[in-house]
Amino acid sequence: MTAAAAVQLVLYLGVLLALAKPLGIYMARAYEGRPMILGPVLGPVERFLYRIAGVKADDEMDWKRYALAMLLFNFVGFLLLYALQRLQGGLPLNPARLPSVGPDLSFNTAISFVTNTNWQSYSGEQTMSDLTQMLGLAVQNFLSAASGMAVLVALVRGFARRSASTVGNFWADTVRGTLYVLLPLSFILALALVSQGVAQTFSASKRVALVEPVTVTSPKLDAAGAQVKDAQGNPVTETVTVTGQTLALGPAASQIAIKQLGTNGGGFFNVNSAHPFENPTPLSGFLELVAILLIPGALCLTFGEMVRDRRQGWAILAAMAVILAAFAAVDVASEQRGNPLLAKLGADQRPSATQGGGNMEGKEVRFGPVASALWATATTAASNGSVNAMHDSFTPLGGLAPMALMQIGEVVFGGVGSGLYGMLAFVIVAVFIAGLMVGRTPEYLGKKIGSFEMKMASLVILVPPATVLLGTALAVATAAGRGGTLNPGAHGFSEILYAFSSAGNNNGSAFAGLSANTPFYDFTLGLAMFFGRFWTKIPILAIAGSLAAKKMTPAGAGTLATHTPLFVGLLVGTVILVAALTFLPALALGPIVEHLQMLAMAR
Amino acid sequence: MPSRVQALKLAEPAIVRRAIAESFKKLDPRHMVRNPVMFVTEVVSVLTTFLFVQALRGQGEAPAGFTLAISVWLWFTVLFANFAEAMAEGRGKAQADALRRSRQELVAKFLSEPRHGSGWAPVPSRMLHSGDVVLVDAGDIVPGDGEVIEGIASVDESVITGESAPVIRESGGDRSAVTGGTRVLSDWLVVRISAEPGETFLDRMIGMVEGAKRQRTPNEIALSILLAALTIVFLLAVATLLPFSLYAVKAAGQGQPVTVTVLAALLVCLIPTTIGGLLSAIGIAGMDRMVQANVIATSGRAVEAAGDVDVLLLDKTGTITLGNRQATAFVPARGVAEEELADAAQLASLADETPEGRSIVVLAKEKHGLRGREVHGLGATFVPFSAQTRMSGVNLDGREVRKGAADAVAEFVRERGGSVGDDVRETVDALAKSGATPLVVADGPRVLGVVQLKDIVKGGIRERFAELRTMGIKTVMITGDNPLTAAAIAAEAGVDDFLAEATPEAKLRLIRELQTGGRLVAMTGDGTNDAPALAQADVAVAMNSGTQAAKEAGNMVDLDSNPTKLLEVVEIGKQLLMTRGSLTTFSIANDVAKYFAIIPAMFVATYPQLGALNVMRLTTPASAVMSAVIFNALIIIALIPLALRGVEYRPVGAAALLRRNLLVYGLGGLVAPFVGIKAIDLLLSALHLV
Amino acid sequence: MRSQLRPALVLLVALHVLTGLVYPLAVTGVAQVVWPAEAGGSLVAVNGRARGSRLIGQPFSSPGYFWGRPSATSPVPYDASASSGSNLGPTNPALLELVRARIAALRAADPTLKGPIPVDLVTASASGLDPDISVAAALVQIPRVARARGIGEAGVRALVERHAVAPTLGLLGEPRVNVLLLNLALDAGSERGPGEVPRPGV
Repeated sequence: MTAAAAVQLVLYLGVLLALAKPLGIYMARAYEGRPMILGPVLGPVERFLYRIAGVKADDEMDWKRYALAMLLFNFVGFLLLYALQRLQGGLPLNPARLPSVGPDLSFNTAISFVTNTNWQSYSGEQTMSDLTQMLGLAVQNFLSAASGMAVLVALVRGFARRSASTVGNFWADTVRGTLYVLLPLSFILALALVSQGVAQTFSASKRVALVEPVTVTSPKLDAAGAQVKDAQGNPVTETVTVTGQTLALGPAASQIAIKQLGTNGGGFFNVNSAHPFENPTPLSGFLELVAILLIPGALCLTFGEMVRDRRQGWAILAAMAVILAAFAAVDVASEQRGNPLLAKLGADQRPSATQGGGNMEGKEVRFGPVASALWATATTAASNGSVNAMHDSFTPLGGLAPMALMQIGEVVFGGVGSGLYGMLAFVIVAVFIAGLMVGRTPEYLGKKIGSFEMKMASLVILVPPATVLLGTALAVATAAGRGGTLNPGAHGFSEILYAFSSAGNNNGSAFAGLSANTPFYDFTLGLAMFFGRFWTKIPILAIAGSLAAKKMTPAGAGTLATHTPLFVGLLVGTVILVAALTFLPALALGPIVEHLQMLAMAR
Repeated sequence: MPSRVQALKLAEPAIVRRAIAESFKKLDPRHMVRNPVMFVTEVVSVLTTFLFVQALRGQGEAPAGFTLAISVWLWFTVLFANFAEAMAEGRGKAQADALRRSRQELVAKFLSEPRHGSGWAPVPSRMLHSGDVVLVDAGDIVPGDGEVIEGIASVDESVITGESAPVIRESGGDRSAVTGGTRVLSDWLVVRISAEPGETFLDRMIGMVEGAKRQRTPNEIALSILLAALTIVFLLAVATLLPFSLYAVKAAGQGQPVTVTVLAALLVCLIPTTIGGLLSAIGIAGMDRMVQANVIATSGRAVEAAGDVDVLLLDKTGTITLGNRQATAFVPARGVAEEELADAAQLASLADETPEGRSIVVLAKEKHGLRGREVHGLGATFVPFSAQTRMSGVNLDGREVRKGAADAVAEFVRERGGSVGDDVRETVDALAKSGATPLVVADGPRVLGVVQLKDIVKGGIRERFAELRTMGIKTVMITGDNPLTAAAIAAEAGVDDFLAEATPEAKLRLIRELQTGGRLVAMTGDGTNDAPALAQADVAVAMNSGTQAAKEAGNMVDLDSNPTKLLEVVEIGKQLLMTRGSLTTFSIANDVAKYFAIIPAMFVATYPQLGALNVMRLTTPASAVMSAVIFNALIIIALIPLALRGVEYRPVGAAALLRRNLLVYGLGGLVAPFVGIKAIDLLLSALHLV
Repeated sequence: MRSQLRPALVLLVALHVLTGLVYPLAVTGVAQVVWPAEAGGSLVAVNGRARGSRLIGQPFSSPGYFWGRPSATSPVPYDASASSGSNLGPTNPALLELVRARIAALRAADPTLKGPIPVDLVTASASGLDPDISVAAALVQIPRVARARGIGEAGVRALVERHAVAPTLGLLGEPRVNVLLLNLALDAGSERGPGEVPRPGV
């Protein structure tokens, strides 16, 4: 890693941590219903929403009612989004006249967006109408994020309260998260992005003449769009001269802002934030990069604020930052070092004053290897999944880092809300083992960790192995699964492993060579996303309910302090060790062996 | 410490023999299923045995010899775990047998009326029920637990306590409880039986040390859940390797898919067999250590709770201070020589057989070389202490020497025309403020000075409390003294807090308050009036010398009746938890090395480049797998002593403990298997076994 | 369950209106007023005629134009209605073959081209629409472009240097040149056309 790259990493973490504190405290005020800066403006809107919905914000729910409300809200949202796609052909705001979406893809996409995954088996500009993007996908970007944050807030209340039977009101938490946090931040970020050149228009695509017409040989298609074949069954090709370029446009900035802030990651265009209209400049890239981790990072401090011990929030944020920095360093170094096989062919990959160098396959020049690798780690540390470079074309180790970050369970920053509550499940495990090691019944924030919490935390920790490993095994064992890979050898295995790592942990990024828009993948990945999300959320709410009911033990010298570097180290170790032990064999057969093969081939 | 329960050697041959037999009996799946980790291991062992049989018939997926070797070592893994459990139980059983011998069938003297002298009929002791009244004469064995309702006798309780000196048991008061199996040495007792047959103290003790009715404690259950979850994780990781490897073979176009035998080996290596195999042994051994400390806990939960205690309530007298106040200084009145005061004080105390009185005689001798004199030889008359006069002393040659409370002596002096000087008053006040008890000494109308009587804080107790503080445990001294005195002693002993002028109600209230604040409270007690507080406390250690009510209310009984035992109890509780935590960490950390041994071995034929992961440079894939499996089995045996003895506890803060244990068991667990597996591999290839 | 149904439905509809309509319309409204050009696709006009977007690359294959990144959009390169990367893995023989061919094509178009070729010139971009190449990639093309257009290398070099963009704040992004703008400037400044030999293997 070059010094400039290291400075970029430090700058990034610095900006992130600087913004996290004020935002974290702001969010705590929002969720606790305390007076705050946007209150005078948005307060009336909030009260209006409660009035029409018949919600009393202080009507507290126990964890079961809270879970029920959350499931209901997500389920109805799923139905709406499914219907919107199936009917889009007949609905307005469809300038490109795109047809309705098929049932497999609609199912997959609806689950994907409701679960905050934003796995995209489709190409945005070619499949989804402006209406679907705006009223379907972008809306779920808000709502899935708000519902993740709501579950986290319920869990935090579980830690903060003593001998209580309730964990908050789901409706109020959802409305507050959307209204006070996601909407204002998105509005600001969207406008900043427009200033950089991100498209935001309702006019249809623009057609321009190419400066130099281009002649291409392409398969001939019949009227139905199928390939024409000759008598021997070979595709017939034709030579066409293309003189113009169609610039796909749309209301992209508003969606990109929330896709980054809400750790959704679903792009407006196929190549996501690598598309110049989604991410036109290094500065827009930096803003979007900060937006990826902003709320997940700040929520740690919201947590600290709400349990009235900010150090606890900082400790968890520190653990997350340490893991992120380590993976980012590996990734940046690997991508900057480049692909020795290309060097052997005569490509110059050395970073210099005139080029970024590195492994540039699947990367944009304006981002180069450093910003691309930073993005890859941030987007997979968070369950964001947006990309500014094609992860499939990363060096093996450069691809391993994002894959491993997802397999960790999306707890290093992770999704808005979901990342921290997942991390708190790991905290429970780490505290449990550490507590035993100091000879005391384990406790965290004064709450004793009993067998019920352990059971629920175990369920949460079982999600990544179950969804990722079982899904991958199913895919590699079936022809339908194996058929999807683009790249041969171990890399093909990595593509499948990556897909299920992404879906099962609600990330949404891909080794995009995998042809995932098939009934097999639409269905299996859909299931993985579903389980990954709700299999986690419900045990977490159960923990919230159980913790809220407990007494609080005051801390003493015999209590294990959970804000010290020692504990941060222990937490980092637990998180890494659990993931490593689960996924090391699979990773050995994917990126690790590919890396070793690459080195061997380059000799 | 004289101890009934002889400290057993770790590997008593008889116990080992019995444990080996037990290890095989425990293979019963109905027993194994209670421990998910070892149950999985057993299932996998059966599977590999089956694969071996298949290989013998020429249909094997791997060479028969290799499959057999793996299978045998997997069985060893299960047996070693069973052995650990059997060893722990065996040590308990040995102690139980000793106890059981004392529970012979007796014939009790059943009294028709609950009083001495009424007629009695012989009744077998097992027919005695709660409420029955029996007579126990000298030489008889007490037929069951009960309360003395009449009589006084010396009783030999060595069968329970190991203490050979007889103790006095009498009706009323705090020494009224007798235990079945003990022997009355002199006189007689009328005892009301308080335990149903089979539920006597001795029965409970036997049950406890045998671990027969051992219920899993909350932490043990939580840990079992975690271990089960990890087992599922590894089951998934290993099971999915089969399709992965099939895909890899297809993708690479070379090599063989991984065999089920190797997958079975990998699974057993990965799942936490080390802690899984030792878990119940650790629990049983914890109880066992409690027994070795002569404390009988009524449940494992209580032992575990002892580790969590954050407040200790300690009675001042007997626990913090020596039983009695002692004279520590002579402060003469103005114009009186100290020696004169000492002489008078000694004179006044010669006939005083109370500990305070004796301590004055001793102090005078030590400080001024005044020898004790025979009161009667001096022709003196002893004036004993009475509640009215609140003084004692002697009359000798017309002298009236008195010592007593300041106001009582002042009254005495005034009656004889004297008065108490201001300096003496000041001394009295100063001493009272400092927590001492001033005794004023007068000779007729003349006030000679003041004797300082002080509570003597036990040696080393201050350091003990400092240790407790670093462990995060708060100490509260309970005393009937006034707040002034209590504060002074509390400061001297170094306790964190005190409850002065304590009544049983105040004690109970304090415990409740602490518990409402989320604290876990431990206390000791012996009297019947301690019972409510004992019942309320989370860890309540009743003195064996105490009343039946106290023993019933507590969840532990200290056979040595040593109030400071509480500290030891806490340590044993902590040690129990620490051993579990440390071995869990060790077990999981081990897996890293096993991966480095087995993954390259599994896939090197398919992807030769993965040979780079063979960092231990193990000889062959087969020897790599064998070495990992053998290491995994042997480590259980190697850790049995640690599991039985417990991880060493040091009274330092939580952070220091964690750092130390992480270093030893975390880092050690990471490194040890690299060394161990390599060594086994070298041995195997040196012996040409693979 | 019943009692939760009303909030679920009402809030879902209300939040759809708020986040799905009010929010994007508000952003569009402000954007169209304050940054109409940026929001509308950053079009580049030459003599009043839109020649493309400043942000979207175009395919160039004549020796007299600077060539951009290889594009993986299919079948038409730089298809701005169907963005796509190649997704080829680092050890995929197909990738190595493509890179080999691209290097060969560059060397064929300029036999004086020795030494390693800047990597971005022989690898496909992520979007298939990358408007930029590295400054190094522009520098190695100067002899070919100059020769094809029959102008001095110094003039071309000056043009490249004028179009070179440094990392933002010296830190963010990489040194780069916008190919469309550079080529438009070339066309505007020189008499001869970009030459005839098409670039193979794009």
